[in-house]
Amino acid sequence: MTLLQARPTSPVAAPAAPKRPNPLPGLAMFCWAVVTALPLLWAVVSSFKTDDEILNSPWSLPASPQFDNWARAWTAASIGRYFFNSLIVVGGALLLTMLLGSLVAYALARYEFRGNRLIYYTFVAAMFFPVFLALVPLFFVVQQLGLLGTYPGLILVYAAYAVPFTVFFLHSFFRTLPSEIAEAAVLDGCSHGAVFFRVMLPLARPGLVAVGIFNFLGLWNQYLLPLVLNPDPDRYVLAQGLAALSVSQGYRSDWSGLFAGLTIAMLPVLIAYVAFQRHIRAGMTAGAVK
Amino acid sequence: MKHGRWRFLLGALVPALVLHVVFVLSPYAQAFWLSLTDWTGVAGEAQFVGADNYVRLGGDSLFLDAVRNNALLLLVVPLVTIALGLFLASMLRTSSSRLGQGYRIVYFFPQLLSLVVIAVLWSFVYNPNTGLLNSGLRAVGLGAMAQSWLAEPAFALVAVMVVLIWSSVGFYVVLFSAAIEGIPRELFEAALLDGAGKWATFSRVTLPLVRESVQVAFVYLGIAALDAFAVVQVMTVGPGGPDGATEVIGLSLYRTAFSYGKFGYASAMGVALFFATLTLAVLALRSGRKERLELA
Repeated sequence: MTLLQARPTSPVAAPAAPKRPNPLPGLAMFCWAVVTALPLLWAVVSSFKTDDEILNSPWSLPASPQFDNWARAWTAASIGRYFFNSLIVVGGALLLTMLLGSLVAYALARYEFRGNRLIYYTFVAAMFFPVFLALVPLFFVVQQLGLLGTYPGLILVYAAYAVPFTVFFLHSFFRTLPSEIAEAAVLDGCSHGAVFFRVMLPLARPGLVAVGIFNFLGLWNQYLLPLVLNPDPDRYVLAQGLAALSVSQGYRSDWSGLFAGLTIAMLPVLIAYVAFQRHIRAGMTAGAVK
Repeated sequence: MKHGRWRFLLGALVPALVLHVVFVLSPYAQAFWLSLTDWTGVAGEAQFVGADNYVRLGGDSLFLDAVRNNALLLLVVPLVTIALGLFLASMLRTSSSRLGQGYRIVYFFPQLLSLVVIAVLWSFVYNPNTGLLNSGLRAVGLGAMAQSWLAEPAFALVAVMVVLIWSSVGFYVVLFSAAIEGIPRELFEAALLDGAGKWATFSRVTLPLVRESVQVAFVYLGIAALDAFAVVQVMTVGPGGPDGATEVIGLSLYRTAFSYGKFGYASAMGVALFFATLTLAVLALRSGRKERLELA
């Protein structure tokens, strides 16, 4: 950086005229920031306005903040219940995904046995299949197991569809870990399970955090699977509930309540992101860099 | 130790494999079989009809609308997103680090939101009377341009494209700027010394060296463009309208299966979508291999 900036003033550089910084890059970056942030900000501000203000002056600030909108969305529009449902389903699915995914990735990365490659490719191939293809039979599989519209049903299906990427990501991660520590633990009399849980899993922490964040967001934002497998309105997850709310006639006229519901759905994720932004961006992009 | 090894391997692999076979592999396999039947959901009453479903797909005008719309999305969304992403990422390279960090944080926001949240948000933005877009246009004196964006066949699909692009540019800015940071600084300095302008630096230095990231981006964005279900289903009128203007394959499939109960026919749509995705992935991988040979 210093070298680059020093260059124009060095004697080799021909023009001695002072360089004016080009305003275009800064302007372009600023414009895109506005385009990105403006709709989000607008939704947050609108969630504090009255219906009348929303309808008649969409660009103005609220005269006095209507916290009642949020309360109404949380209770009367059931956003609170949907939030809670999402927490249960995503929490359970995330735990199951991380446990099963890391076990499979570790077993395939560190043990040689017949069929190892076959199992690996069975998991990896599933990442390239569109979920739409499986949708119809999946509905009947879940129905026959009596799991339609239940938390365990959603948790199992969420995990089943999140495990392949987790295996793919952690497989290469476990390969790069040094084997000396594991060998020493085996010599000390550790069982295979103990080596995994006490030695290798802690070593793999950075990878687990990255793929864990990726999975959390993917599962939290899941829509297609619950839409088909979770028909009971009492068990709607957040995305599903919000979508239902936005098209239901009853809430069509309650603009302020809808804006509040929308804000409740997006604000926690954005706040958590600003707090842990470096980790989260690394985790989200890690999958594509691989 | 040998005994413990097998017990550990079985314990590690079997639960995940059972889950995988029951909920992932078997549904995929069944879908291919179902697409050759006229099954309507009654157990044991699936008649084998051969390729009938596929023949019918060819004459189903709504499905053909969906194919045309997905093809348009596939053409426009990845290209515009990648162009904007590369442009902003190379701008970020030259900006001060504090400001650049701030922009990265903001650009990434939409990536964290569910497509449902994004679709609901943009349905408010596009609202003809109270929406951000039309009232903004009126405020700056362009009221004549105000539209009912999602109800006009000419604009509805463009409106969907804008939402998809808006929601994904930030992710690729971050991805590309990570790749650009991986390029040795000396190369940019050498280009500067050789008198290369901004465009030459970009096309001769930056672009060739981030090519792999761009290819990955094409695959991911292509898959997203072949989907587009959530945005279309939540945001557009009908959904899928007006007049099939925003119909997509996923929506046709969903409606055919879960509203009309034609599960065999819907599965044929799923198989068609699968082959489209497969073609995309193979094309991207093949061009990737060629590129590597040229470099070597």
